[in-house]
Amino acid sequence: MCGIVGLFLKDPALEPKLGAMLTEMLITMTDRGPDSAGIAIYGHPVRGQAKLTVQSPEPGKDFKSLADDLAAVIGAPVTGDIKDTHIVLHLPADRLEEARAAIATLRPSATVMSAGEGIEIYKEVGLPKDVAARFGLEKMSGTHGIGHTRMATESAVTTAGAHPFSTGPDQCLVHNGSLSNHNSVRRVLKRAGMTFRTENDTEVAAAFLTHKMHEGANLGEAMEATLTDLDGFFTFVVGTRDGFGVVRDPIACKPAVMAETDQYVAFGSEYRAMVNLPGIETARVWEPEPATVYFWER
Amino acid sequence: MQVFDLEAQGLRALNATLHGLSGQTNETAWEIVNPRGSHAIAVGVDAPVDITVRGSTGYYCAGMNKQATIRVKGSAGPGVAENMMSGTVIIDGDASQYAGATGRGGLLVIKGNASSRCGISMKGIDIVVHGNIGHMSAFMAQSGSLVVLGNAGEALGDSLYEARLFVRGSVKSLGADCIEKEMRPEHLRLLADLLKRGEADHLAKPEEFRRYGSARKLYTFNIDNAAAY
Repeated sequence: MCGIVGLFLKDPALEPKLGAMLTEMLITMTDRGPDSAGIAIYGHPVRGQAKLTVQSPEPGKDFKSLADDLAAVIGAPVTGDIKDTHIVLHLPADRLEEARAAIATLRPSATVMSAGEGIEIYKEVGLPKDVAARFGLEKMSGTHGIGHTRMATESAVTTAGAHPFSTGPDQCLVHNGSLSNHNSVRRVLKRAGMTFRTENDTEVAAAFLTHKMHEGANLGEAMEATLTDLDGFFTFVVGTRDGFGVVRDPIACKPAVMAETDQYVAFGSEYRAMVNLPGIETARVWEPEPATVYFWER
Repeated sequence: MQVFDLEAQGLRALNATLHGLSGQTNETAWEIVNPRGSHAIAVGVDAPVDITVRGSTGYYCAGMNKQATIRVKGSAGPGVAENMMSGTVIIDGDASQYAGATGRGGLLVIKGNASSRCGISMKGIDIVVHGNIGHMSAFMAQSGSLVVLGNAGEALGDSLYEARLFVRGSVKSLGADCIEKEMRPEHLRLLADLLKRGEADHLAKPEEFRRYGSARKLYTFNIDNAAAY
């Protein structure tokens, strides 16, 4: 069991409240996943600018002077915004890959959680309410976001094993379920040049989508391919810079509820997660069909 | 009318109160407000009372119901009326997966759509769905009737025993050992009664349905198949 929540805003007036709405949804899903929690939140991209979200088990040591050290390596201005065990580094978009590589050398114990123009990922072990409070999720704004509460089954309860997983720029994926062929798919993807940080099945699903899109598939086509190439139980919710997608395996035993109004599209593992959203009483509420890709883009 | 505010008073208090009712009670009409998708609302009621839930429910609403009439003025999450014994459960909206699973008696009415595994392993319950049902519905269904005014998904009635299935719309595919059968006068009479009790007699006529049932080749031991068991 795990819990998933997601919000894709259509009405810009709700953007300042995105973090608050997602936090409430996430905490409601604590019963489904008390081990760890995580959130991917997307803001409006700033032209020419990119963001790296970096996590460290020793933030006091690793984040001190990190922005300056990184600026010296890439030869461009970098600013840092520390949030508990995470730091968001703002830098020129054309130096993103260079900066990402430099982090590994500058701070070997730190991990890049996400990279892109809009995305920031925060995840830690602990109760969702505590994780949300540590990062101040409630105060965050944005255009869309995905949250996950984890009850681990396929790999250890660690920060790296928490969701969302990000394996490509501005991409993220969260998962409720368990994959049975992740080891064989991981081997195929490794031969194709993908790298993995964990033994986690969900990381394989995220990398599978990234690889398909790298080969030229659009997100919809990549999500379709999960239905034939991934074996096991899954409800996936996927984020990109401009979009938000949902797909369930053909057996569809992992729950999913969606709601749509003029203001937003919402996803919840259960309806309970959505009861406080504005206008939910008159929203179109439905259960996404098995083996069917749903996708919204702005 | 007894009104119970689930948000203020809590689930354990609700179910303990409902379990305390007997056939002799004068408190026969109940309204539950603020359900907010909560789990296990009105599970295990065993009294001839009328309960209305004002909103949508989460997992296992009205499970194991005996005697009571329970109405949900919204949609229901997974496992609504699971293992119902008797009484009536009416869902105004949609029902999620395995609605009416393993039910032994009573009537479940879903006025919207039901998703996958509706009536899985049903053992005597009658289910009337005004909309569509999802895949693997009536899997290993043993007895009772499933009436669907809309369409059925893949593998309807897989490994069916003796439940009767009636579908008005299309059937995406039939499961193993499930076949279409002749609609005889007694089936039309049965359907007319179920449609009436399922508040659907103004929506459909018995003659518009097709009947499906077990070919009885899978669950009956056949010596020629011994090697396959």
